Amino acid sequence: MPATLTAPIRPADQLAAAFARQHQSSPAWLQPIRQAAWTRFLELGLPTTRDEDWRFTNLAPLSALPLAPASQGSSANLREVVFATLSGPCLVFVDGHYAPKLSEIGALPPGVRIGNLAATASGEERALAPSLQSRASKQSAAFDSLNAAFFTDGALIHVPDDVVLEAPIRLYNITTSPDAGSMINLRHLIQVGARSRATVIESCLGQTDAAYLNNSVTELSTGAGARVEHLKFQDEAAAGIHVSSLRLRLAQGSHAAHHSLALGARLARNNILARLEGEGADCLLNGLYLAVGEQLMDHHMVMEHASPRCDSREFFNGILDDQSRGVFHGRIHVHPGAVKTDAKQTNRNLLLSDEATANTKPQLEIYADDVKCTHGATVGQMNPEQLFYLQARGIDLDNARRMLMHAFAGEIIERIACLPAREELDQLVWNRLEQNPHIAA
Amino acid sequence: MLEIKNLHAGVEGRQILKGIHLSIQPGEVHAVMGPNGSGKSTLAQLLAGRAGYTITAGEVLYEGQDLLDMDPEERARAGVFLAFQYPVEIPGVNTTYFLRTAVNAMRKHRGQAPLDAVKFLSLMREKIKLLELDESLLKRSVNEGFSGGEKKRAEILQMALLEPRLAVLDETDSGLDIDALKVVARGVNRLKTPQTAQLVITHYQRLLDHIIPDYVHVLHDGCIVKSGGKELALELEERGYDWIVKSPLQTA
Repeated sequence: MPATLTAPIRPADQLAAAFARQHQSSPAWLQPIRQAAWTRFLELGLPTTRDEDWRFTNLAPLSALPLAPASQGSSANLREVVFATLSGPCLVFVDGHYAPKLSEIGALPPGVRIGNLAATASGEERALAPSLQSRASKQSAAFDSLNAAFFTDGALIHVPDDVVLEAPIRLYNITTSPDAGSMINLRHLIQVGARSRATVIESCLGQTDAAYLNNSVTELSTGAGARVEHLKFQDEAAAGIHVSSLRLRLAQGSHAAHHSLALGARLARNNILARLEGEGADCLLNGLYLAVGEQLMDHHMVMEHASPRCDSREFFNGILDDQSRGVFHGRIHVHPGAVKTDAKQTNRNLLLSDEATANTKPQLEIYADDVKCTHGATVGQMNPEQLFYLQARGIDLDNARRMLMHAFAGEIIERIACLPAREELDQLVWNRLEQNPHIAA
Repeated sequence: MLEIKNLHAGVEGRQILKGIHLSIQPGEVHAVMGPNGSGKSTLAQLLAGRAGYTITAGEVLYEGQDLLDMDPEERARAGVFLAFQYPVEIPGVNTTYFLRTAVNAMRKHRGQAPLDAVKFLSLMREKIKLLELDESLLKRSVNEGFSGGEKKRAEILQMALLEPRLAVLDETDSGLDIDALKVVARGVNRLKTPQTAQLVITHYQRLLDHIIPDYVHVLHDGCIVKSGGKELALELEERGYDWIVKSPLQTA
């Protein structure tokens, strides 16, 4: 029967046994939360392509894995990793566990707290409870529940009101486990107070040949008038599976920019839920995905305009080669009363091979008057007008194509405000693209 | 320098140029004028090598070579420059980087060593003053967010950097106010030498008050219907195109 082929996939008994151990070793306040999350995960099962939110993203590579929490990693190579030369606080997690010897927090302005959840005084971590119990993100409910049931640690970043943090805070989430099916569940909590400024750079890297699941949740909230930049650099190992959930909550007049650079992993799904809760907030979601081979890169966004006069911008560019697939799902939901909403969404895909696929799905739900919502999507080859213009200036076709490809990526990278990160990514993406044999095809 | 002989060309089965004859010698400035839809821009694009046109008859020789057989970049390197009517915006390509790549492609073709970033910057600073352009434009993406006037001046900046032998200016005056027009014209005039030629395509006479042509040609319905000296442009300004196009047999 065809129905059985798409039936929700039930976790194996070994995962249930692993949960029992995780549950037992948790603090009392957390135990009921973990239990509820585990029960919910069992109810939901892994999503299938019958689920509209997962239509283009087949989780077969994941359901084949014997999932179990990763054992504590020994060490990771941090010498040549991305952003290694940046200064500022740095928290390193290896296989889901905090690595104090690799981390460096340094001196912080008064009131600023940067640390890992497991080390914080009991009670403080209870700030997590609402997030753990949140059912806000329907699009990632199963994975969020799995994370709540199994999360091992994560970063806790608290910036009080009226503090400007110049240096970016770096979080590394490095997987080294040699065991197939290792599961890493981190949970980061970032709170930036009113009128404060902060930059957080989250790097998800793989240093293993094994197939694993990195399933992280990041919760970021801003106070009134705050400005926050959050950059996620995903360069998981070739066999890795990356699922992440980012939940942004923006207060009045605050600004949050999220940049997603998706380069690695066999399959990567980024769930982003942004809620513009306060009047006059503005949010930028800015993404670049480069896929080769059989990679699948999925960005699934929900932009909730819950207050008047908020702006949102979503710009996602993908460069897809070989048999790879890019998926963009952008939902804009304008709540009743959210007048003067200004929402714009663009997804552009550059296909370098006849076998590459891009699925793009805008979705507008507007329940308020006097709003401006636009979306646009392109899938195709390079722009012939631009190629001709470059050729007309003496630049040969191969170089013209190369320039346009870099431009396509550069357009996204140049929106990153943190200059040292931007410069490093510019070079890194350039090098990655130059490795592509089809660049001048 | 340039010989256009009996050029017939069209796009998607529609005939646009119906037998153009035009000969340009070094040191000369030619103006091609004509009403909308006469084929002016097609002629400009075709000389630069834009794809999509079908040549049904005739030929174009540039310094004795078959121009129509050359790729757009080969034409550019051989010294043919088109100032675009609508300069193309290229988000993500930095203007300085683009200009240096273009200049070094030309230098390589001429057997000259490439300019490093420092030498290039000083060359560009010198040229940019000529066009009264703000240096901040150089840090932006090619033409992106430039005003109409900035785009046109940036085209002439490119011309100044690339030093073409034959410059084709396609409606460079459109969208310019009189001050910007003067700046552009001054830039173009400074680039005039006894070894170079300019082909100025325009709808209006006013650009020709500032770039004085040696010859004026009137294009109508794909043919040059009248040629003359610079006074022809003044006559067109006064009397419009009708008096010529209603008596197409007056071909000079």
